[in-house]
Amino acid sequence: MKILPPVSIEARRLLPSGWDVLAAILVVGFLVAFADVSRFLVHPLSSISGNYLKLDPADLPGYALRTALRMLIAMGASLVFTFTYATWAAKNPRAGSLLVPLLDILQSVPILGFLSVTVVWFLSLSPGRILGAELACVFAIFTGQAWNMAFSFYQSLRTVPEELEEAGRMFGLNAWARFWRIEAPFATPSLIWNMMMSMSGGWFFVTVAEAISVGNTNIALPGIGSWIAVAIAQQDLPAIFEAIGTMMVVILIYDQLLFRPLVAWADRFRVSSEPSSEEAPQSWALTVYRRSRLLDLITAPFLQVMRWSYYWHPPSFGLKGAVPEVNNRLSAIIWYALLTVLGVFAAWRILLFFTHANLSWNDAATAVGYGFITLARVMVLIALASIVWTPIGIYVGLRPKLTAIVQPVAQFLAAFPNNLLFPLVVSLIVFWNASPDIWLSPLIILGTQWYILFNVIAGATTMPQELRDAAENFGVRGWLWWRRVALPAVFPFYVTGAITASGGAWNASVLAEVASWGKTTLHAHGLGAYISDATTAGNFNRVVLGIIVMSFFVLVVNRLLWRPLYWYAERKFRLT
Amino acid sequence: MVELLNVEHVRRTFPRGGGEELLVLDDVNLTLKQGEIVGLLGRSGSGKSTLLRLIAGLARPQGGHLSYMGVPIEGPAQGVAMVFQSFALFPWLTVLENVQLGLEVLNLPPREMRERALAAIDLIGLDGYESAYPRELSGGMRQRVGFARAVVVHPNILLMDEPFSSLDVLTAENLRTDLVELWGNGKLPIKGIILVTHNIEEAVLMCDRVLLFSSNPGRVGSEIKIDLPQPRDRTSPQFEHYVDQIYVEMTARRVERLQQQQNRAGAGIEIPLVHVSPNQIAGLIEALAAPPYDGKADLPDISYEQELEVDELFPVAEAMQLLRLADVEGGDIRLTHMGKRFAEADLNERKEIFSRALMNYVPLAVHIRRVLDERASHSAPRRRFLDELEDHMTEEAAEDTLKTVVSWGRFSELFSYDDDAALFSLENPT
Repeated sequence: MKILPPVSIEARRLLPSGWDVLAAILVVGFLVAFADVSRFLVHPLSSISGNYLKLDPADLPGYALRTALRMLIAMGASLVFTFTYATWAAKNPRAGSLLVPLLDILQSVPILGFLSVTVVWFLSLSPGRILGAELACVFAIFTGQAWNMAFSFYQSLRTVPEELEEAGRMFGLNAWARFWRIEAPFATPSLIWNMMMSMSGGWFFVTVAEAISVGNTNIALPGIGSWIAVAIAQQDLPAIFEAIGTMMVVILIYDQLLFRPLVAWADRFRVSSEPSSEEAPQSWALTVYRRSRLLDLITAPFLQVMRWSYYWHPPSFGLKGAVPEVNNRLSAIIWYALLTVLGVFAAWRILLFFTHANLSWNDAATAVGYGFITLARVMVLIALASIVWTPIGIYVGLRPKLTAIVQPVAQFLAAFPNNLLFPLVVSLIVFWNASPDIWLSPLIILGTQWYILFNVIAGATTMPQELRDAAENFGVRGWLWWRRVALPAVFPFYVTGAITASGGAWNASVLAEVASWGKTTLHAHGLGAYISDATTAGNFNRVVLGIIVMSFFVLVVNRLLWRPLYWYAERKFRLT
Repeated sequence: MVELLNVEHVRRTFPRGGGEELLVLDDVNLTLKQGEIVGLLGRSGSGKSTLLRLIAGLARPQGGHLSYMGVPIEGPAQGVAMVFQSFALFPWLTVLENVQLGLEVLNLPPREMRERALAAIDLIGLDGYESAYPRELSGGMRQRVGFARAVVVHPNILLMDEPFSSLDVLTAENLRTDLVELWGNGKLPIKGIILVTHNIEEAVLMCDRVLLFSSNPGRVGSEIKIDLPQPRDRTSPQFEHYVDQIYVEMTARRVERLQQQQNRAGAGIEIPLVHVSPNQIAGLIEALAAPPYDGKADLPDISYEQELEVDELFPVAEAMQLLRLADVEGGDIRLTHMGKRFAEADLNERKEIFSRALMNYVPLAVHIRRVLDERASHSAPRRRFLDELEDHMTEEAAEDTLKTVVSWGRFSELFSYDDDAALFSLENPT
């Protein structure tokens, strides 16, 4: 199972299509509208301040539980989104031609930077109450999780083997039954894998979204993220270590009780023509669940309801959906008219926003300039991480015993919300009085470098034994071995890892380029700092500008660098 | 007696780029009577699987009429079941659950469902495997699940889409004889069978009637009635006679078509080339030149002795015919003068013979060479030729044709091709 690269990578063409442009206008229009609405909501809000949060270790389990629950709720929302949005996109080609590019743009928006705006908006839904902040937090996690899950589901739906669908239709399963009995099961393994990946990213989002300040509004929801924020303000190192320890335990529990069992269970949905030689994934928790009758008791009613639902309609023996015969010219007209109205409306909102925004061309130039600085930072760090982790990954991947130990650790490190580690680094920078422009930079790659490592490990393990034997037989050694054998073999895997790492790094830059320790705040130059400062100042215009510029950078880098590299790797080096 | 199935004047097209349509089935007629096994025989791409899907109600024709027991077919009909080439088992369901799937939709009581499923499993010889998952089974056992799943709904018509072609030879034979035996004993709750295959012997072994499909567009060329009692003996002279007869009919029509294509005015690049490597051609020429054939062989014999399936043998023979390295006629294949010289030549002479054959008989190769010669850079992008080909054939056929001409051009050193740059050129890589 491999990680999916972002949607932008999937297609081969370089130039944006009309649909891409429309999707971009819609997303920007949405961001702008959001900011416009929120702008007027900032002041009347009473702050939900973090002052009541005491750093008492006895409270930590409770905080951890709340943080974990937020994750679970967001995951539920992401699943609902996945099943509806992706299914719509896959089943209706007309909708799909907009919905897929829309996913691409959404995936490129560094949503962490937009947190402030969404928080204000959600708070306005229930002024003065904690609920709005909770919703905002869940929404933030959702936006970090949903896109790649939806994309994976969409891809699976598009690749269901034709003969399985035909068999289902031959036996009279209607569309609803086919979805739950054929399409959803087929998509399950890849969906679960992507849920795990989303979850990894999600821990980062939840800890950030719990404690946020917009202008004069400070919000701190009880949870590990707020704990860290308070600990930073009070320069309490032991409290930070306690939070790190607790987070590790929470992630381990999630892994053992939720994801291991899910992965082991989903193994049966894997479609493979040959009996597999790989060992099936094991989970002690799944064995426990299976042996206990409790789970059966809980799921039985749901399963029964599902079974009944297949008979709601008489089995469809008609050809509905098989050959589009209905003249749907009318619905086409309505659809395109709707899109035109939406597009024009969004464009008008964007225009309105920028004419009223008090932003000069100077501001735009500043943002773009900072964008290039952050770009350089991201690229240099990806390169550094690659130089370090690629050889190590290959070394580990070629040794099965070592892989068994290192691989889970790398995956764990990728899941660990690295912002919890920021204070440690920042305190050191403050202590040594080092240059923030250089020494804050590693933070943006701290969490995402692991994607490079574990993808390279995965690549090295799939290297055929015969290739390695052949290299040894011909005495290929040293630099030649790396250049001609090892590096090409892992290259496609490396590219996927690097794409994921670079995507995450942009998001992290919003957090990493401005970091504080107690009263000291460190500033690096960059687009992330630009967005972050605008947020603190409550200047929504600049926040929106920064977000748009950053999304643009992400998209362009994806298209011009990663997409060609990905397809080059797939074509030239894929060993299958 | 009412016919189980009636297919009249059926026409099916697929949309192609630029609003054009590709004709896959043209004026196809077919009937299936009670107690019959009818075989649809033809090479891949002749539209026989498409016809099967029309009968199954999975697709609809653009013209003509299909009816099942007198009722027009407008969707998957109850009483028509299908066995798939790739088995199409649900990997997440056990053998029993897979077999029960068709029954669940009928909303039978659970007990009856179970009994019927177990009976079918028993009948097909899957006893003891009920709780296994498909991936734990061998190919043969998986296809047995496919049969059990189809049989359990007690269909009137069983449709089989090359059900044995993804199995190894021994397993396939074992499954065929089991099936024929069950059918002969009247143990199968089925009234008629349609079998799609490209294996001539399989058709003669199992079917009462065989319809020969010609391709481009798919048509029923002729019908051969197999008048032999079951079980049939592959070594009996009558059996061999039927096999020979089918070979003769199939090759005669193909050769005729090929010659028509080559002779057509302005005969150009529109002849689709089926991917056959120069090595395969050389291999068959060497085999033909050597004893016991000494330059001439019976196609069924050489198919059997060289362990070549018809689907492998025919394209090679056809390519040899195209290049005039051999003549195919009346179920025989005979090396031409050039073919014999090729057999005796060393590698360099072979390349030369091959290159001359390309320049004389393959307009596409001539065309590519000429374009490369005329251009100052002596190179041309792949897209240029692909677009030209797509005016005359499907995208898939165009890709295949181009792939073939690349492999032939490389062997003969007429031109070279760089896949990274997708560029044809005259130069050899430095």
